Amino acid sequence: MSATISFKLNGERVRLEADENRKLLWVLRTELGQTGTKYGCGRGSCGACVVLVNDSPIRSCMAGVGSVRGKEVVTIEGLANGGELHPLQKAFIEHDALQCGFCTPGMILSAHGLLRSTRKPSREDITKRMDRNLCRCGAHTRIIDAIESAAAELRNGKSTT
Amino acid sequence: MNSSDEQSLGVQQSRREFLKSSGGGIAIFVTFGGQLGLLEHAEAQGRSGVPADFNAFLRIAEDGRVTCLTGKIEMGQGPITSLPQMMAEELGVAFEMVDIVMGDTDLCPWDRGTWGSLTTRAFGPLLRAAAAEARGVLLDLASQELRVPVSRLEVNAGVVSDRKNGRKRITYGELAKGEPIERHLKLKPELKDVSQFQIMGQPKLRRDSLEKVTGKAKYAADIRLPGMLYAKILRPPAHGAKLKKADTSGARKVDGVRLVEDGDLIAVLHELPDVAQDALGRINAKFDLPPPMLTDQNIHEHLLRVAPKGEVTAKAGNVDKARKLADRMIETRYFDGYVAHAPIETHAALAHIERGKCTVWASTQNPFGARDKIARAIGFSPDKVRVITPFVGGGFGGKTSNMQAVEAARLAQTVGRPVQVMRTREEEFFYDTFRPAAVVNIRSGIDGSGRITFWDYEVLFAGQRGAEHFYEIPNHRTTVRPQGWSGGPHPFATGAWRAPANNTNTFARESQISAMAAAAGADAIEFRLKHLGDPRMIRVLKAAAQRFGWTPAATPSKRGFGVACGIDAGTYVAAIAEVAVDARSGEVEVKRVLSAQEMGIVVNPQGATIQMEGCVTMGLGYALSEEVHFRGGQILDTNFHRYEIPRFSGVPKIETLLVEANDIPPQGGGEPAIVVMGAVIANAIHDATGARLKRMPMTPARVKAAIEEA
Repeated sequence: MSATISFKLNGERVRLEADENRKLLWVLRTELGQTGTKYGCGRGSCGACVVLVNDSPIRSCMAGVGSVRGKEVVTIEGLANGGELHPLQKAFIEHDALQCGFCTPGMILSAHGLLRSTRKPSREDITKRMDRNLCRCGAHTRIIDAIESAAAELRNGKSTT
Repeated sequence: MNSSDEQSLGVQQSRREFLKSSGGGIAIFVTFGGQLGLLEHAEAQGRSGVPADFNAFLRIAEDGRVTCLTGKIEMGQGPITSLPQMMAEELGVAFEMVDIVMGDTDLCPWDRGTWGSLTTRAFGPLLRAAAAEARGVLLDLASQELRVPVSRLEVNAGVVSDRKNGRKRITYGELAKGEPIERHLKLKPELKDVSQFQIMGQPKLRRDSLEKVTGKAKYAADIRLPGMLYAKILRPPAHGAKLKKADTSGARKVDGVRLVEDGDLIAVLHELPDVAQDALGRINAKFDLPPPMLTDQNIHEHLLRVAPKGEVTAKAGNVDKARKLADRMIETRYFDGYVAHAPIETHAALAHIERGKCTVWASTQNPFGARDKIARAIGFSPDKVRVITPFVGGGFGGKTSNMQAVEAARLAQTVGRPVQVMRTREEEFFYDTFRPAAVVNIRSGIDGSGRITFWDYEVLFAGQRGAEHFYEIPNHRTTVRPQGWSGGPHPFATGAWRAPANNTNTFARESQISAMAAAAGADAIEFRLKHLGDPRMIRVLKAAAQRFGWTPAATPSKRGFGVACGIDAGTYVAAIAEVAVDARSGEVEVKRVLSAQEMGIVVNPQGATIQMEGCVTMGLGYALSEEVHFRGGQILDTNFHRYEIPRFSGVPKIETLLVEANDIPPQGGGEPAIVVMGAVIANAIHDATGARLKRMPMTPARVKAAIEEA
C-alpha cells in the first residue's frame, strides 16, 4: 500500500510516497539517488546493500522502506562527516582494501556496526562479523587490516598502520 | 567516401570536442609500425571498426595535466594506476599529473578487450612508446621556444630545461598554451631502461579508492538519465527451453508498466526497477523443456564419450616405447566441474538513443566488441554507437559477451526512452559463461633412479593454455581435445574464466608430479628441481621454498605441506600451502599460502602483490567449494546461498613474494598466481592424509571419501 514515509537520510529529512513493502535498496537507489548502496544478490546473502539504520547495519535488499519510518538511515555517501572521511574510509584507502570496489560500501558500513559494538576487535572477531559480506576480488586480508587499523584510530585518535 | 572514412571522421569529431574542452593543448596520435606490440596490433588488422589512423592517443592540457586514453577498462585489477605510472615515466611528468580515460569507444583508441593479462605486457609497451614519442615532440617544441638544441635539453617532472643554463626552462603546460597542436607520429620505439625508472617500479596505492569508499564511483547500473526506464526481461527456466506462450495481461495491469514483445525479447519496463521486477512475475509463461539428460553427476562420462580426437601440441622422444620400459607407471584421471565468475556486480547497461546516436554505459570487459554488437543489433553503423565503460564491479573473464548491452539498446530503440538492463543474481548465474567441466588423463612413469621417463598428457575440454609441461622429460606428448574453452558439448555457455584452461591443466599436471615424487619416495620440491631446466622456474621455486622455510621430506609427511608450479601469461609462479584436514568430516582448513611469482619488470609492486593475493583467495574457491550444479539446462545454483565463494573465515595467512627479474619485459599479473591453487591444495591434502584428490572442488565429502579409499 502506498503511504507517506519520512525518515532521516544522511542527516537530511526525506519524505516520500511509496509502497511501504518496497525494499529500501530500490528506493534508496532510484528515488533517492543513493547509488553507493549496491545490489548484489537480493536475498541478504552478500552484504553489498548494507546501510546503517539507527547506527546498526542492515541489508537494505531485505528491509521494507516502511521499516525505516522515523529512523536515521546512513548510506556510504553520508558516512564522511562534512569533508572529513570516516577512519574506516581512510583505512580502506591506506590499506588498498578494495579492488573492483563494488562490495566496499557494504564492507565499510558492516565494519562500522562491528566497531560500534566492539572497541577493540580481534582478527577473529572481525572475521566472524564480516563473514556474511562477500568480496570476489579477494581483498579479505586487507579489509581485516583496514578494520583493525580504523578501530585503533577510533580508540586512540590516531592510526596504527 | 567509404564507410571507414566516415567512421574515422565521426570518431575524430568526438575527439576534437574532447580536445577543445581544455582550450589549447597538445594532442598526440601515434601509429605503431615495426615490431612493437604486434600481439595487439595484428589482431586489430582486418577487423571492422578499427581506426587505421592511430593506436594511441594522449593529450597535454594548458595546465600541464596529461590525459592518457585507453580502451582498457578498470574492473579492480588496477590499470587505472599502473598505466598512468607507465605514461608518467616515459613522458617525464609527475605521476599525479596523469589522468586516465578508459573504455570510451568514441574517445579511446580501439582495443581488443581487457583480458588475458595483456594490459601490461601487450598494451603497456605501446603506451610507453607513445609517451616516449610524445616526449620527443615536446622537446622539439621546447627547443624552438627556448632556442636551445634538443640535445642540450632535459626533462624533469614536466619541466624542460637547458642543461647548460637552468634559467632557460619551460613547462609542458606552457608549451600547450595557445592554438591547439595536433601531431601524428609514426613510431620508432625507444623505451627507458629499467635503470632510469623513477615512477615505474614504485609501489603505488590505487587511484580510485577515494571514489570507491565514498560511494561516488559510478558503475553501469548507477548512471541515471531523465525519463529512463528499468527493464526486466522474461527468461527461460532452463537452457534449451522454448517459449510456448506468454500471457502478459497480469503484468500489463501494473500501473505505469510498459510491455515490449519483440520476437524473442519480452520485457517489462517501469520507472522503478523493483516494480518492473514484480510485474515480470505476473507474466504467465509456458515453456517446453527438453528432457534433462546431462547433470553435474554424469557430465564427465558424457565429455569422455564425445571428445574429439584432438591434436598433439607438443611431443618428443617415443612415449609408447618409453611406457613399456618404465619401472613404475602412474595413470590418473583428473576431473574439474563448471565454475561461475560470480562478480559481485551483475551485468548492467543503460542505453540512450538521441539524434541518431546510441550511447550505452555498460559493465563490460570489451567496450569495442559491445559497440559492434549493439550496432548490428539495432541496425546502426558502429560510429553511431558509443560505449562508455564506467567502473566495472569485477569481471574475471565473464563480462565479454555484452548481451545485456544489446538488450538495453534494443529496448531503448523500441520505447524511445533510456533503458537500463541490470541482471538479477539469478540471471547472472543462469547466463554466466562458466569455466568448462573437463577431464585430464595422464600416464607417466619413472625409472629406478626416480627420474621421469615419459609423460603422456591428454586434456578434454579445458583448453590448451597451460597444458604443456615445463619439465625435462625425454619422452612426452601433450594432446588437447579440443584447444579452446568455449562451445563444446556443454548444456550451457562456457568461456574464459581467469587464466582459462590453465587452472584445470595445472591442477592435473602438478598433482601428477607430486604423485610421482611420492612414488619415488622423494621430496616434492627436490623432485621438481631434479626435473626442471628452465632457470626462471628454478629461481621461483627455490625462492618460494626458502621463504616458506621448507625442509625436505618424503610425502605424505603428515605436515600438510603442498607445492605447485605454473606458468601463465609469461609469468612464473610457485606456491606452497599448509593445510589441516579433519579426517572425520573431510573439512580442509587452509592455514597458510605462500605465492612466489616472477613476472619480469614489475610496474607497480603494490598492484602486483594485490593481484597475487586476489588470485590465492579466488583460487581457494575453485579448489575447495565452487561447482555449478545443474539438471539439464537448469542451473540449480541460483544465488550465493548455494554457490559458495570464499569468505573471510576461509582465507588463510597469505604471503607473497615477487622475484626480481629486471632483464625480462613486464609479463602478466592478473591471472598467473591463481593457476596453482588447485594442485597446491590437493598436494597439501595428500601430504596431510595420504589421500590423493582427483576431482575439484575438493569438498568435504570428496576429501572424506578419498581418505577412506587411501
